[in-house]
Amino acid sequence: MKRRPLFVATATLVLASALAACSSGDDEETSSSGGGSDPGNCTNTIPKADVPVVTLWAWYPNMELVVDNFNELHDDVQVCWTNVGQGGDEYDKFQTAIAAGTGAPDVIMIEADRIPTFQIQDALVDIREYGYDEVADDYSEGSWKDVSVGDAVYGVPVDGGPMAMIYRKDVFDQYGITPPTTWAEYEQAAQTVRDAGGPLFGDLGANVPAVMMALQIQKGADPFTYDEADPENIGIELNDQASKDVLDYWAGLVEKDLVGTQDQFTPEYISGVIAGDYATYISAAWAPGYLTGAGVGEGADSGTFGVAPLPQWDPANPVQVNWGGSAFSVTSQASDPELAAKVAFEIYADEESLTDGWTNQIIFPLNLNALDDPAFAELEVEFFGGYQANKEVYIPAANAYEGFTYSPLQQYYFDAMTKQLAAVNEGSISGSEAADRLHEDVVGYAEEQGFTVQ
Amino acid sequence: MTLTAEPAPPRTEPATGAPGKVRLREQLTGWLFVAPFGLVFLALLVAPLVYALYLSLFRKALIGGTSFVFLDNYTKVFTDPSFLGGAWFVIRFSLVLIPLQMLISLAIALILDSVTSRFARFSRLMIFLPYAIPVVIGALMWGFLYSKNFGPLHDVFGAAAPDLLSSNMIFYGLLNIVVWQWAGYYMIIIYAALQGIDPTLYEAARIDGAGGWQIALRIKIPLITPALLLILVFALIGTLQFFNEPQILRDLAAGSIGPDFTPNMYAYQQAFGLANFNYGSAISFALGGVVFVCVYIFLFATRKRGSFLS
Repeated sequence: MKRRPLFVATATLVLASALAACSSGDDEETSSSGGGSDPGNCTNTIPKADVPVVTLWAWYPNMELVVDNFNELHDDVQVCWTNVGQGGDEYDKFQTAIAAGTGAPDVIMIEADRIPTFQIQDALVDIREYGYDEVADDYSEGSWKDVSVGDAVYGVPVDGGPMAMIYRKDVFDQYGITPPTTWAEYEQAAQTVRDAGGPLFGDLGANVPAVMMALQIQKGADPFTYDEADPENIGIELNDQASKDVLDYWAGLVEKDLVGTQDQFTPEYISGVIAGDYATYISAAWAPGYLTGAGVGEGADSGTFGVAPLPQWDPANPVQVNWGGSAFSVTSQASDPELAAKVAFEIYADEESLTDGWTNQIIFPLNLNALDDPAFAELEVEFFGGYQANKEVYIPAANAYEGFTYSPLQQYYFDAMTKQLAAVNEGSISGSEAADRLHEDVVGYAEEQGFTVQ
Repeated sequence: MTLTAEPAPPRTEPATGAPGKVRLREQLTGWLFVAPFGLVFLALLVAPLVYALYLSLFRKALIGGTSFVFLDNYTKVFTDPSFLGGAWFVIRFSLVLIPLQMLISLAIALILDSVTSRFARFSRLMIFLPYAIPVVIGALMWGFLYSKNFGPLHDVFGAAAPDLLSSNMIFYGLLNIVVWQWAGYYMIIIYAALQGIDPTLYEAARIDGAGGWQIALRIKIPLITPALLLILVFALIGTLQFFNEPQILRDLAAGSIGPDFTPNMYAYQQAFGLANFNYGSAISFALGGVVFVCVYIFLFATRKRGSFLS
C-alpha cells in the first residue's frame, strides 16, 4: 500500500489540470471516479427523495421497468440503475473498479459462471447472513448451487438457461426425420440430411465455449472442483474420457461436414439461421427470445421452428444441463451491504417484473413463484407456432438440472477453450488432442496463479 | 502580456546591472512558458508510465496476493508463447503492410501531383476519406463486407469466395482494412511534400530531355525521401501496436482472432479480462521495447538518406 500517496498525488494532479482545463461544471462526473457509483448518474429517475439509494449495474432488456417496479414497491430504499454494458464489457469495468478499490456499484448483475472469478478477489459479499433464509425456498437447489462457492452464497438467481434443441420443422419434414433423442441419432439424422443434399445440421461455434462445457458435463465430465473454504486447492479435469468423447464427437461432425464452424451471436450466423442453413440450434431457454429479437422466424418463416429436449448420451439416465443465466450479487464496495442485499433479493422478484420478463421471453425465470405459475407453463410460445415449449421442454429440463461448479479461472478457461475449438474447426487437431492441450493450458495457468492443482 | 510591456535587458551588455538576477528571471520566465505543457506532459504521460513501470515489477496471483519480483515478469514475457506469437505476427504484418501501403500511397500521390484537374481534387478527397471514418466503424463495415452470407464477395465469386475472416485468411482481411484506412492519409503527406518541390527543377529536367517517368523517379522521389521515412516510422510504430481493428473483428471471428492475437490485445486481456494489471504492464513495456528496437534498426539502416531527424 506504499504506492497510495504517489497515486493519490498523481490523480489529484490529473484532476486539477482537468478541472483547470475545462471549468464547465463537470465536477460531478470527475469526482465520482467510477461513473456507476454516483447517484447523480442514474439512468432511471428516482421517485422518492430522502431515502437511501443503492446503485445497480444490469443489462436485462426490460431493466427500466424492473427498476421502476422496485422503486414503486419500496419506501425504505431506492435503486439507481446504470447499464454499463453487456457481459464482458461490464466485467471489464467491474474488474477495473475492483483494482482501483472504488467505483463499483452496490449491486451488480453477473452471469453465474463468473461469480467465483470475482469472489476470489474478495469483490463479492456472502449474502447468507442478510436474509437469505427468507428467500431460500423461492429457488431450486440447482439454482442456488450455481451462485454459490462451496457453502457461501454470492448471488440471487434471476434467470437460467436450461438447454434444449431448437430445430427447423420444414427441414425435418422435407427429409423425413424426427427429432433425435440421442446424440447417436443426432449424427445419423445429420448424415441423412447431408446425403440428401440438405443443409448443415448444427454449428460448433468456437466462441461459445460454455456450450461445449455444458455438453461435456452432460456426459459426466466434472471440469472443476472448488470450495472457498479451501481456496488454495482446485481440482481440474478437462481431459477425462467424457470430455474427450464429447469433443471427439463434435470434431467428427465437423470433419464429416455435418455441422458448421461459424462463430455464434454474429450477423453471419443469424443470417444463416434465417436462410435455413442450420437444421438445429443446440441452445437454451432464452434462445427463442434472442432469435425473435434478431429477426428470426418472421413473415413466411413464422412457425417453422420447433423445440425438443436436448439429445442424450444414455436415454435411460437423461442428464439436463444449463447455458447462461444471471444473478444479482452484492459487491464488497457496497456502503451498506444489508441494504444492498435487500435490493439483490427483491429486485426482479416481484410478480409484475417476472411476468413481463417471461411473457416477452426476456428471461427464463428461476424464481419458483414464476416457474410454478401455471400461466408460465401454459404460455403458447409464438416463436414455436403456439407450442407450449415451457411445459413440454424447458421446465422439465430446468427441474432436472442439478447445478454446475464453476471455477475462479472461468475467463481463462473459456478463452483457452475457444482457442482449442478454433483449432478443431480448422481440422488441425482431434477432439482428444484439444482436450489434452486445454487441460495442460488451464492447469499451467492455475499453478501460475498460486493454486495447488489436484 | 507583461513580458512585452517590460523589455528584456539587451543581451549584448550582460555586464551592466545585476547579471545573476536577470538570468534567474529569464530562466523563471522560460520555465513559466514551458509549465502548461510540462504539467500536462508530467501528469498524463510521465506519471502513468512510471506507475505502470512500478506495477510491472510486482506479480499478482489469485492465491498468495502481490509480491515484488523485480524483472521476473519481463523474463516471463519474453518466453511467453502468447507474447512471442503476437509480436511475430505484428512484425510479419508490418513487413508486408508497410511496403504495400507505401507503394500505393506513393503511386497515387505521384499521379495526383501530375494531374491538375477538378477530377484530381475530387479523387484526392475521396482517397483521403477512409481516414476520416472512425476505425471502429471502418472495421465493422469491412466485417460485413467480408460476410459469406450477405457480403459482395459471395455475389462475385460464388462458393469459391475467400472467407477473409477465417484463421488462415484473417491476415489478408486485416491487411486490406489497414491499407484502405491509412493509404489516403499517407498519400496526403506525400502529396504535400511533392507540392513543396520547386517546379523549376521539373522545367530544367525537361529541357535536359527527361520524361515523366524520369522526373518522377529521379527528381520527385529522392526529394521527398524525408517525408517517406517519416511515414515509415509512423506506420511501423502504429502497426506494432496493432489493436483496434482485430479487437473489433473479434466479435465476428473470435475463433480466428484470439485474445493474444497482438501484444497490445494480450496486455488488454491480462489487465482487464484476467485482473492481472502487473503482467499487463510488463507486456506493454516489453512491447515498447520491441517497438524501440524495430524503429532503431530502421533508423540505423536509413541513417545516410537525409533523415527527418537531422
